[in-house]
Amino acid sequence: MTSELMIAGVMLVALVLYTLTGGADFGGGVWQLLAWGPRKGAQRRLVDDSIKPIWEANHVWLILLIVLLFVCFPTAFAAVCIALHLPLALMLVGIVLRGSAFVFSHYDPLRGRGALRWGGVFAVSSLLTPITLGVVLGALGSGFDVDPATGLVDTDFVSEWLAPYPLAVGLFTLALFAFLAAVYLVNETDDPELRADFRARALGSAVAVAATASLAYLVAPPVIRHDLSASPWATPLHLATGLVAVAALVALWTRRDGLARASAMAQVTLIVVGWAVAQYPYLAYPGYTIAGTAAPASVLTPILVALAVGGVVLFPSLAYLFVVFKRRPGA
Amino acid sequence: MTDLLAARAQMAMSLAFHILFAIVGMAMPLLMVIAERRHRRTGDPIYRELSERWAKGTAIMFAVGAVSGTVLSFELGLLWPQFMAFAGPIIGMPFSLEGFAFFLEAIFLGIFLYGRDRVSPRVHLFSGVMVLLAGTASAAFVLCANAWMNTPAGFTGDPATGATSVEPFAAMWNPAAFSEVLHMTCAAFASVGFAVAGIHAAMLLRGVRRELHRPALKIALTVGAVFALLQPITGDVAAKHVAEHQPIKLAAMEGHWDTERGAPFRIFGWPDEQAEETRWALEIPYLLSFLAHGDPHAEVVGLKDFPRDERPPVAVVHVAFQIMVGCGLAMIAVAGLGATFAARRRELPDWYLRLLVVSAPLGVIAIEAGWTVTEVGRQPWIVQGILRTADAVTPTPHLVIPFLTFTGLYVLLGVTVIVLLRRVVFAADRDKKHGPSNMLSGTSATEAP
Repeated sequence: MTSELMIAGVMLVALVLYTLTGGADFGGGVWQLLAWGPRKGAQRRLVDDSIKPIWEANHVWLILLIVLLFVCFPTAFAAVCIALHLPLALMLVGIVLRGSAFVFSHYDPLRGRGALRWGGVFAVSSLLTPITLGVVLGALGSGFDVDPATGLVDTDFVSEWLAPYPLAVGLFTLALFAFLAAVYLVNETDDPELRADFRARALGSAVAVAATASLAYLVAPPVIRHDLSASPWATPLHLATGLVAVAALVALWTRRDGLARASAMAQVTLIVVGWAVAQYPYLAYPGYTIAGTAAPASVLTPILVALAVGGVVLFPSLAYLFVVFKRRPGA
Repeated sequence: MTDLLAARAQMAMSLAFHILFAIVGMAMPLLMVIAERRHRRTGDPIYRELSERWAKGTAIMFAVGAVSGTVLSFELGLLWPQFMAFAGPIIGMPFSLEGFAFFLEAIFLGIFLYGRDRVSPRVHLFSGVMVLLAGTASAAFVLCANAWMNTPAGFTGDPATGATSVEPFAAMWNPAAFSEVLHMTCAAFASVGFAVAGIHAAMLLRGVRRELHRPALKIALTVGAVFALLQPITGDVAAKHVAEHQPIKLAAMEGHWDTERGAPFRIFGWPDEQAEETRWALEIPYLLSFLAHGDPHAEVVGLKDFPRDERPPVAVVHVAFQIMVGCGLAMIAVAGLGATFAARRRELPDWYLRLLVVSAPLGVIAIEAGWTVTEVGRQPWIVQGILRTADAVTPTPHLVIPFLTFTGLYVLLGVTVIVLLRRVVFAADRDKKHGPSNMLSGTSATEAP
């Protein structure tokens, strides 16, 4: 396996982990926004307590991903940044508002109306970031041609992303993050009523996931629909994704919440991996491939070593963080 | 506003904003670790209260720093794609290592801020130390990347062909890296120490919770003063380095037009870029030659030796440099006075507390001015001598819109942070002039605006 493929693999792992952790934090914001019923306040508190100690660490996966992209695939990074400036800028606005609003509402000692307003900003910005992230990922599937005159991406700055397919992927991403968060939140509390609340939300958002996934498939350009099923890996991947999705639903229905969480995580992982397989070997279709945009070996090899050494420090620390905050007695 | 100007304005604004939060993320862990250690040693609950109190402010600042730092890592590409297409692989090593350092910082900050009741005191203190080390390391890596833009090294090729053969560690340890890391790290600790000392001095002047604010002031002022007193040394290292590697930047800092031996050091003055002279400056003979090269008769290169289109905006750089040095000298004076009081074991008089309140923003102003010197002094280059800023800007149109959007966003965040910190710092002590208590938990709900 070549160095650039190994780095691309690490980026895929980072994207999966960002989805499983940071994605769920954004999904938590969705349930802040949609808190309703007699336990509205308790639902909001549960979301708040669940993400408070970990969201900043979870967020770093995205930074690692973007750094690896610009270090190892610099021309692809430049092309994406030029053509997708607007959705990326909107995503950043969402990221800034989400993080800031969360601490603002959390730390306001007066807990006055200001805190409530920031709580609302937190919830609304939790919608913006998943949608724009999905739009960006969806847009990578088409329209990235190289302009031979300038050597830069040939773009009108709009048509790559303002299209039915990227927007549908945006909605799908939002639904997926909300689903993941709901399944996690079931496992975050011992209160049977709150568990029931989030179990219902998880089932409801599973329907939204299925609906937005179908929508994305229907509006997908032919090349993407073809790629989604062209690879020899595609069929087994789709089958496995379908299986764990059904397993998650059955587990939720029968209140096997731990199994539901494991299945939902497997489902999301397989979806992201499935997207990457369909995208392969392109970072941005059709002008920017993994091999064609890779930095020289003198860059990639030391980065791989740094990733290995960094991982040795990082993963035990990260595991410890989750053990400290996510291990519940009897769970 | 041209797109290039808008892009530069957005980058400058984003950096200036982020730096305020980044330095807090670097330096506050040191103050908190000192307080935690005192608590562990003496068992005095006041130190624990202090550490928790500082932790609240730090949590707010760290979150805003984390998200504004994310914006910067994207803005490198959103605004300067051709720069990143060329430089990304070369400075990839410090950025990748920074990623890991930031990860560790975020992980251990989570444990330090929210895990007090979940981990042993020893692990809790260890987490604080890890936040301190990882935070400082992460800043150092970013500074190495910035230093590369000043003294590019460790690659062959050019922006047209792309970097061909890269030595990542030679690029990371480029000539400017050491002096930039040293000078900025000390600056961060000095300015945060002064800012925190100023806040606690204000609380002491109000006469509230002396038993809390006195030790707080002592810790913050000690840290601030020690690093402020180190700054002339690190500044000297930095100046000699700039003199050797970026003579045009030094000439702009000094408003120095003619190449001459025994060059004078200029205080104040206004460089006139049309007439190519610096007016109304107070000149100290031979001092610039001495400071730049360690020899009063050494030759210092002047701006006229460079073509006009390679000179940075001289007035901006010169004035910013004056502001930085002025603030630094004032901080040294304040720190020296504090050291005298400490040596005589005297209680700090009220006038000195008032002086500390006034001095609180000096370090932050010096940092912003210092970054203006570094960044504007490198213009018109984004990578000194290799790639011009104008050639690196994105072809994306209407850049004024993201500039105004992010400026508005940051103004909103800045105002909110100030309001919140005031509440966290001040509201907690109202009506509670004596005795420790668990504050902040809804005690002042009646004061909602």
